[in-house]
Amino acid sequence: MRNTDLSEATEVARGRRAAAIWNDILRFAMREAGIAVALVLIVLFFSLTAPYFATPENFLKIFVQIAINTVLASGMTVVILTGGIDLSVGSVLALCTVVGALIMTDRDLPVALSVPLALFGCMGVGALCGAINGFVCEQWKVPSFIVTLGMLNVASGFARVTSNNSTITGLPQPFVDFGNMIVWGVFPSIFLIAVGVILIGWFILRFTVFGRLIYAIGTNEEAVRLSGHAPRFYKIAAFTISGLTAGIAAMVYLLRLNVGSPIAGVGYELNAIAAVIIGGTSFSGGKGSIIGTLVGACILQVLTTGLQLFGAGDNVKPIVIGTVIVLAVVLDAYRDRFLRAIESR
Amino acid sequence: MGNPILTMKAVGKRFPGVVALRGVSLEIARGEGHVLLGENGAGKSTLINLLGGVYPADEGEIIFDGERYRPRTPTDAYRAGIRVVHQELSMLSQMTVAENLLFESLPQRHGLVNYRETNRRAAALLDEVGLDVAPTMLVSRLGVAQMQLVEIAKALCYESKLLILDEPTATLTSKEVDRLFEILKRLKARKVTILYISHRLHEVYEVGDRVTVLRDGQLVATRPLAGLTIPEIVHMMVGRSLEGERAFREDVAVSGEALRVEGLRRNAKTPQVSLRVGKGEIVGVAGLVGSGRTETARAIFGADPKIAGEIFVQGERVDIATTRDAVRHGLCLMTEDRKGQGLLLGMSCAENITITDLRKISSHGILERDVERGAATKLVEELRIKTPSIDQTVRNFSGGNQQKVVIAKWLFRGSKVLLCDEPTRGIDVGAKAEIYDLLWTLAAEGRGVLFISSELPELIAISHRIIVFAKGRVVGEVVRAEFDQHRILSMAYEEYGLERSY
Repeated sequence: MRNTDLSEATEVARGRRAAAIWNDILRFAMREAGIAVALVLIVLFFSLTAPYFATPENFLKIFVQIAINTVLASGMTVVILTGGIDLSVGSVLALCTVVGALIMTDRDLPVALSVPLALFGCMGVGALCGAINGFVCEQWKVPSFIVTLGMLNVASGFARVTSNNSTITGLPQPFVDFGNMIVWGVFPSIFLIAVGVILIGWFILRFTVFGRLIYAIGTNEEAVRLSGHAPRFYKIAAFTISGLTAGIAAMVYLLRLNVGSPIAGVGYELNAIAAVIIGGTSFSGGKGSIIGTLVGACILQVLTTGLQLFGAGDNVKPIVIGTVIVLAVVLDAYRDRFLRAIESR
Repeated sequence: MGNPILTMKAVGKRFPGVVALRGVSLEIARGEGHVLLGENGAGKSTLINLLGGVYPADEGEIIFDGERYRPRTPTDAYRAGIRVVHQELSMLSQMTVAENLLFESLPQRHGLVNYRETNRRAAALLDEVGLDVAPTMLVSRLGVAQMQLVEIAKALCYESKLLILDEPTATLTSKEVDRLFEILKRLKARKVTILYISHRLHEVYEVGDRVTVLRDGQLVATRPLAGLTIPEIVHMMVGRSLEGERAFREDVAVSGEALRVEGLRRNAKTPQVSLRVGKGEIVGVAGLVGSGRTETARAIFGADPKIAGEIFVQGERVDIATTRDAVRHGLCLMTEDRKGQGLLLGMSCAENITITDLRKISSHGILERDVERGAATKLVEELRIKTPSIDQTVRNFSGGNQQKVVIAKWLFRGSKVLLCDEPTRGIDVGAKAEIYDLLWTLAAEGRGVLFISSELPELIAISHRIIVFAKGRVVGEVVRAEFDQHRILSMAYEEYGLERSY
C-alpha cells in the first residue's frame, strides 16, 4: 500500500470514529433522554414566561401533586410493558382509601398499630384486586381492557358498600402530620414515597430476571413461552404489582387529603396511562421505562400548573394535555424511525 | 432483444448507511420466465419493491411496456400491470377467501357487494390454482401453504403483464409446487412475463428461461438457464464455489438414546406416534405440510397439549406438560416461524440468547450483565453470527443470522435434544451450509437432532435416518443406506391416495 493510500485510510477511519461518536450521542439523546429534554424545555418555557412559575413554593406544589399519579403510573408501566392495560387502578385506589381510613379511624387500635395495619390493608386489598384482574385475564383469555373495566366498577361498588357511601375523616394526627412533612425544606414526604416506588420499580424492571421477562413477554409472548417460561405467571404478577401500587397510592392519597372516600380516584387511571405513554412506553408492550413514566408524570403536572399560572382555566387544560399525549406518541414513532436509521448506518 | 417488457437502466437505491442496489441494468423479454437469484441481502427484495411501488428508485430509469415507469404506490404498480406476490403474506384474515381474492374490485350490484358473483369467481380462481377450500371460508382458518396459494390465485385474477413471485414455494409441498409450475407455464403461454425468486435452485429450471444473479446490490450476470448447472449458479451467487453437496459426516458415532417417544397422541382423533433419536444422530422428518410433523414436535415439546404418550430423554422417563418442563429436561424447539415464535425481534442479540436460561446469568433474581455479555459474546463468536455488537436488535439480522441466534439460545441452555422445524427456510445457500455444519457439530457432541424439512434433498444430505409422516402418524422409516427420493416421496403421498409418479 502506498503512503497516500495509508493516510487516506487513516483519515477515513478517523472520520468514521467521529461519526460513530456523534451517532452515540444522538442515539442517547433520542432514546434515553428524549422526553427528559422535552420536560426541561417545558420547564424553561414556563419559567421564562409564566409569573411565579420558577418559585420554590410552586415546585413544592408540583412535587406534592405528582406523587399519587407517579405511584399509580409505575405499576401501570409494568402492566403496559407486558402488553396489557389496567383501567381499574382509580377505583381500586378509592376502595383502598376507604379500607385504610376505616382501619385508622378505629378508636380501639393504638396509632402505632393502626397505621402499619392500614398500610398492609391498602397494599393487600390492592394486590388482591390486581391478582384477580391478572388471573381472570390469563385463565379465561379475556382482554385486560375488559377485565379491568369490570374491576373498575366492582371495586368502586365495594368502596361504596364498605364506606356506607360516605367519606371517612378523622385520621390520627401523627399520620396527618407525616403527610404534611417536608424533608430538608424541599421534598414533601409523599413525593419521597413516590420516588422510592419509582426507584424500586426501576430496579426491578432493569436489573432483575423478573423485569427482563416482563420486557420479553411484551416483545413476543409466544417466543418466551417456547423458550421454556410460563408467561402467565409473570402477567398475573404484573397486574398484582399494579394493584399493589394502587394500594400504596391510596396511602399517599390519605396522607395528602386526610380523607378516605369511595369517590376518590375517579379518572386517575387515565392520568396514569397518560404519564406512561408520554414517558415513551409502547402501548403494545416490550418497550419503555419507568424513569420515562416519572418524566411523563412530571410533564403532565408541569403543564397543568403552568397553564394555571397563565390564567388558562380548567377548560383549556384538557385540550393541551390531550394534544400532548397524542403528540408524544407521534414523536415517538418518528424517533423510532430515526433511531433505526442511525443504527443501520 | 426485440421488444423487452421491462428495461432497467443503472438503477440504484440507497437506504441510510446502506447501498441496497447499485447500477443494475436489466432487460426482461416479453413472455419470458426470468429468475432472480442472490443470497440474502443481495438486493433482490429491494429490486422487487422498486418494481412493486413500495419505494422509488434513487438513480437510474425503469421502462415498462414502452413507457417510463415511476410507481409511487403499489396501486400504481397494479395499474401498470405489475403484480407482486410477496413472501410475507398480507391477507385480511377476518374476511373470506373470496373477499380476499377479489378485494380490489368486488363485484357489485346496486352499490352493494354481489356475494354470489364474488364467490362464483373466487371458486373459479381457486380451481385454477387447485386449492380445495370453500370461497366462503375465513382466511384465518387457512394454513400458511393454503394462504400462499390464495395469494397466487389473487395475482391471477387480474390480467397482469408482469407477475413477480418472491419465494412462492417456501411453504408449499411438492404437489402444490408442481401445480404452481403448471400454472406458471400456462401464464407464459399467454405471454405473461414472470419474474421468479427462489432459494431452491433446482426448481428455477422449471420456470426460468434466463437467470439474473445479484450480489451485494450489484448485478453479477444475466445468463440463459439452459446449460447452466447449479454449481455454476451457486458460484455466481456467492462468488466462490461451495462443495456441491455437503459431505455426510460418517465419523459421528451414534450411541445410546437421546429421545424416545412412545404412543404420543395429541387428541382423541389423532393416531399414536412413536419415534426415537439416538445421541449423535440426525433424524430427518419428511412429510407434507399438515402431515403432523410440526404438530408432533410441538406436542413433544409441550407447546401444544397431548392426551397420551411417554417421553424418554437419555433413557429417563420425563413428564412434559408445559414448555417449561421440556426445557428443564433438555429439549428445545426451533420453530418454523422464526420471527413470530423464535425471536424477541425488538430485543438485543444478547437478550435473545440468554432468555432460555436466565438463572445462569443471575444470582438471587438479579441479572449479572457481565456474565450475560461474556456468554453471549462467546456464542456469537463460536457460531460466527455476523453482528457489530451483541447489543444490536435481532430485527435487523439476516435470516441466516437470526437462525443462528435461535441455535445459540438453545446452546446457551445446553439442550440435549434439538427439535428443528424447517431450520433453513428462507436462508441463503451459504448460511444453509453453515447451519448444517453447526447441527453436525452439535450432534457430534452427543446431542440428538430431529430435523423437519420440506426439502427432501436437504434431508437426504444430512440425516442418518429419515422418518416419514403422513396423516398424523409415522408411515415409514428409511436408513441412510437406502435413501431414495422416490421411495420417500411415495411414502409421504401414499396415505393420501395420490397416484403420482416422481
